[in-house]
Amino acid sequence: MAAINRDDVAHLARLAHIEMSAEELDRMAGELAVIVDSVKSVSEAAGDDVPATSHPIPLTNVFREDVVGHTFTAEQALSGAPDAYEGRFKVPAILDEG
Amino acid sequence: MTENNELIRSSAATLAGKLAAREVSAVEVTQAHLDRIAAVDGRVHAFLHVNTDEALAVAAEVDAIRAAGGAAAQELHALAGVPIAVKDLIVTVGQPTTAGSKILEGWHSPYDATVVKRLRAAKMPILGKTNLDEFAMGSSTEHSAFGPTHNPWDLDRIPGGSGGGSAAAVAAFEAPLALGTDTGGSIRQPGAVTGTVGVKPTYGGVSRYGAIAMASSLDQIGPVSRTVLDSALLHQVIGGHDPHDSTSLPDPLEDLVAAASIGNVRGMKIGIIKELHGEGYQTGVENRFNESLELLKGAGAEIVEVSCPNFKYALGAYYLIMPSEASSNLAKFDGVRYGLRVLPEDGPMTIERVMGATRAAGFGDEVKRRIILGTYALSAGYYDAYYGSAQKVRTLIQRDFDAAFAKADVLISPTAPTTAFKLGEKLNDPLAMYLNDVATIPANMAGVPGLSLPGGLADEDGLPVGVQLLAPARQDARLYRVGAVLESLLEAQWGGPLLDKAPSLTDPSPAAPALTDPALNDTVASHGGSH
Repeated sequence: MAAINRDDVAHLARLAHIEMSAEELDRMAGELAVIVDSVKSVSEAAGDDVPATSHPIPLTNVFREDVVGHTFTAEQALSGAPDAYEGRFKVPAILDEG
Repeated sequence: MTENNELIRSSAATLAGKLAAREVSAVEVTQAHLDRIAAVDGRVHAFLHVNTDEALAVAAEVDAIRAAGGAAAQELHALAGVPIAVKDLIVTVGQPTTAGSKILEGWHSPYDATVVKRLRAAKMPILGKTNLDEFAMGSSTEHSAFGPTHNPWDLDRIPGGSGGGSAAAVAAFEAPLALGTDTGGSIRQPGAVTGTVGVKPTYGGVSRYGAIAMASSLDQIGPVSRTVLDSALLHQVIGGHDPHDSTSLPDPLEDLVAAASIGNVRGMKIGIIKELHGEGYQTGVENRFNESLELLKGAGAEIVEVSCPNFKYALGAYYLIMPSEASSNLAKFDGVRYGLRVLPEDGPMTIERVMGATRAAGFGDEVKRRIILGTYALSAGYYDAYYGSAQKVRTLIQRDFDAAFAKADVLISPTAPTTAFKLGEKLNDPLAMYLNDVATIPANMAGVPGLSLPGGLADEDGLPVGVQLLAPARQDARLYRVGAVLESLLEAQWGGPLLDKAPSLTDPSPAAPALTDPALNDTVASHGGSH
């Protein structure tokens, strides 16, 4: 498996929406390289015949009655929001029109 | 003070008995614990918030119901009036929930977690919210954005993590019971290093509704206490099916309290996991572990050796699955719906840039590391090699457990490879920190239940050692049966509970470090004023 470098970390940080300083990228790249190296044996542990387990105790067909359950009022739902306007979440601009 | 001392050192079961007999009031019990928090939490820092008024109000309500008598008094839950602390990863109406993160500082949940609803239904006063590594990511509480918790056995040492606050609160007699969450050992490892009991139930055995998710396929809420019986009592309050959690098991809850009261292990097969002791384990940990085996053997259990060859891949697979799920779960902290919003210093104020600035300021280093690692493991081109392989390892670990449980009724190992290390010792070495969970992670990967109980003190440092019991999925009762027997055998040897040997924290002693962190004093000053 490929090693992880500083450019990879910068790309991943953009994907994960976390701004990182140059110093942070350097440090994170070093730490993650060590961690990634330590987990690489995992890819050699199991052969193709081993099925994947996504969930420790699988349950199937978990349904509930098709009725309205508990819902929040708009006020409750907005109570922790950093910004709201007329009963709605207020979101910063999606597009940069500058 | 002596009376209070007796109250705070009592087990939840003892307190329940005294409350039912009206030898003591719920207000007295709750106040005694609030007083203890005010007296010692400046140095322990187990609590992020103390819930004085509500806790006393619930206690007063229990006292009023008992005083009135009749059907309502008869119907009170056995633990009514017994106070409890709640890990600050679990949402509560009326108190802030921070997950130990700046991104949620001051946030109030509009709903209660199912486990909290059940505590309220049982009328257990909630003393407050306990400290944790940010979003439960860590093994020492040093990754809390609000400062670390200190181990009551030695305030310079870690209390374990992520649930160090809950374990320390119970070990320091600030609460008889607490709730924890365990994704890779966050209930059991703090239990081990603080000389307390902690249980990770079978996955799905306790509702996760209202536990802020880190890794949804691994997370599990469970009890934290000083005795095995107390954990069984609390497990019965919080356990059982919850339609709000689609991974909640529909099975009826077993009688765990009865299991803790069986009192013998004759004829039971107890399997030592070859791969989870020996090399890499501290001498004192190994010695206390071997003593526990001898005691169980003396009580008529048959000790067998089992091998779980794929456990060597568990840590690596865990550090792929957990960050992958965490990176996805934490995407919701976007600076729009709740919590912090930070605006970029200059340039266009787009949502993308606001999100980047918010998450940069709101998340700590360990959370960022895991989000980046998870994003990497889930990337196109790496998914099969990392996440896909790790999921196959999960299958191999489950097969190892299946084979081991064909030979043994329960498995046993040390809970953690070492006793509590010094605060700061492993903070800059993420990999060394991850190794603390090597013995606890397999249970989360397979969904099986695990219990840690005190096994004694290591000779070399006089610090608590934990013994871990593991049972097949849905057989949590076996943990309580064997755990209670081992606990009573050990306590007979020690001449009382292990925590009797812990420092009192209130005697002025030259060994006790002075209060130096003003932030810790503020916490207690602003929330703990209960006199």
